[in-house]
Amino acid sequence: MELTVYDKYEAVIGLEVHAQLLTKSKIYSADSTEYGASPNTQISAITLAMPGTLPKLNNEVIDMAIKVGLALNCKITEVNEFARKHYFYADLPKGYQITQDKTPICTQGHIEIEVAGKKNNIGITRIHMEEDAGKNNHELDPFFSLVDLNRAGMPLIEIVSEPDIRSSDEAYSYLTELRKLLRYLDVCDGNMEEGSMRCDANISVRLKGSTTFGTRVEVKNMNSIRNVKRAIDGEFKRQIDLIESGQEVLQQTRGFNPADGSTAALRSKELANDYRYFPEPDLPPVIVKQKRVDSVKSLMPPLPSELVEKFTSELELSAYDAGVLTDEKDIALYYLDLISKTKNYKAAANWIMGEVKSYLNQNAIEIKDFILTPNHIFSIIELVDKGIVSSSGAKRLFEAMIEQPTVSASDLAAQLNLVQNSDTDQLKSWAEAALQKYPEKVLEYQGGKKGILGLFMGEVMKISGGQADPKSTNKILQELLNS
Amino acid sequence: MVVDDKLISHLAELAKLEFSDTERVEIKKDLEKIFSFMEQLNAVNTDNVAPLIYVNDDVDVVREDIVDHPITKEEALSNAPIHDSDYIKVPKFVTHRS
Repeated sequence: MELTVYDKYEAVIGLEVHAQLLTKSKIYSADSTEYGASPNTQISAITLAMPGTLPKLNNEVIDMAIKVGLALNCKITEVNEFARKHYFYADLPKGYQITQDKTPICTQGHIEIEVAGKKNNIGITRIHMEEDAGKNNHELDPFFSLVDLNRAGMPLIEIVSEPDIRSSDEAYSYLTELRKLLRYLDVCDGNMEEGSMRCDANISVRLKGSTTFGTRVEVKNMNSIRNVKRAIDGEFKRQIDLIESGQEVLQQTRGFNPADGSTAALRSKELANDYRYFPEPDLPPVIVKQKRVDSVKSLMPPLPSELVEKFTSELELSAYDAGVLTDEKDIALYYLDLISKTKNYKAAANWIMGEVKSYLNQNAIEIKDFILTPNHIFSIIELVDKGIVSSSGAKRLFEAMIEQPTVSASDLAAQLNLVQNSDTDQLKSWAEAALQKYPEKVLEYQGGKKGILGLFMGEVMKISGGQADPKSTNKILQELLNS
Repeated sequence: MVVDDKLISHLAELAKLEFSDTERVEIKKDLEKIFSFMEQLNAVNTDNVAPLIYVNDDVDVVREDIVDHPITKEEALSNAPIHDSDYIKVPKFVTHRS
């Protein structure tokens, strides 16, 4: 491949991810956090910043933030204080956001990513707790902007990475891994389209080998992981084009346009925001002792990296299989349930990655809505392992079970004539019938053309309607032919 | 602290307010008064005094994650100067923020 001017440069990327936490109530008040309610129905005097109201911290938010911190190998901060970040905006009734400034609950973590088989650690600078703002609508009314405060006060954690990311592919992997963790931990649904996970990218470029940083541009408004990748690709080229043509990269905030993958300046950072942070006296400090961290840790579900380790070392699955099985938490849990019943780990993995997943994909359903339980799959695997049903018969059995999940696997196999016959007398009569049909082929076999056995096997299968147990049939045929 | 035109413009922008030239003269006077009043505090030596953020020593004042809706939408909207049956209405704005 020919080198272009872009190959001289590398990107330096840091990502800020806001994750909306799956609590029942808001972070500083008891209003519901349910998604999709009609406007301004989930608000309280605290959300509205009525005089005399006091925020009170939702205890669950702390546990969720600790979980994420532990999953990202962070240090957990003992004394947590809150701060006011001031700015005027219609969707922020107090005129300030309650956030954490100097004492983020988690610091100094890292996450492992993988690009083209190469593993790499990306540093996590900090995770802090804060509240979301409301939503503005500029389209519904020609003369006014409309404000819905249902989202105001929703609990968020902001996860800030170190500027360790060097390409859009790394950013893609980082976000995919991070979202997977958030979903495993049940703290965020990770839905970027609905905005429950949001990502801002800080991007600069520099000549490869350089250790200094270029001017940083912040890009916003990406509503999918793929669009974050596109935004980085576009911004990388734009900045290099500027530099190569002797122009300057301005420190800016830019918005991503999903239609063509370009970015456009939102506002210049020269009028730097002055948030006038100061300590929030309305929320007393929260002390997180090691005991609490330990207890949160003991309640954490297994993380994907731990499961991959278990699947590859204990169960001897391939790294690829382990990756597929742990990609989604519910699939992993299904598999864990299944292997608590059968020791045939590889068969269990093949069933989930093959028949089950393709059925789910074809019907666009999630595994948690799948009609067959791990028990059903176990009963199929058991019939195959005992030689009662052939592997092709098992696929038919699987399809039939989806239609009739209340019938037992063995009854269903019998109904469908899938039970393999290993009754020697029956097999023998089928084998004899097959040999009688091709007397000249029998002579050829006896003359040394051993490969012709397959023809007789096929004939036995035909006569038996697929019920003949292949292993026993093979043996009987050879006995008859060699006698 | 020097109160100059630049500072007033900066504060006005942060507060999303606009002032006429005569108002700016008044504001300059007021701010200077306020600053000189506050600067009297500099006379006190606070070298060995920790900043006081909280009025008492309480820690861990938290609530359980339980939903409660003490007010209705109608009550919530009733304080907004302009609203319809669903939304609070504000002057149209389209600028972005961080």
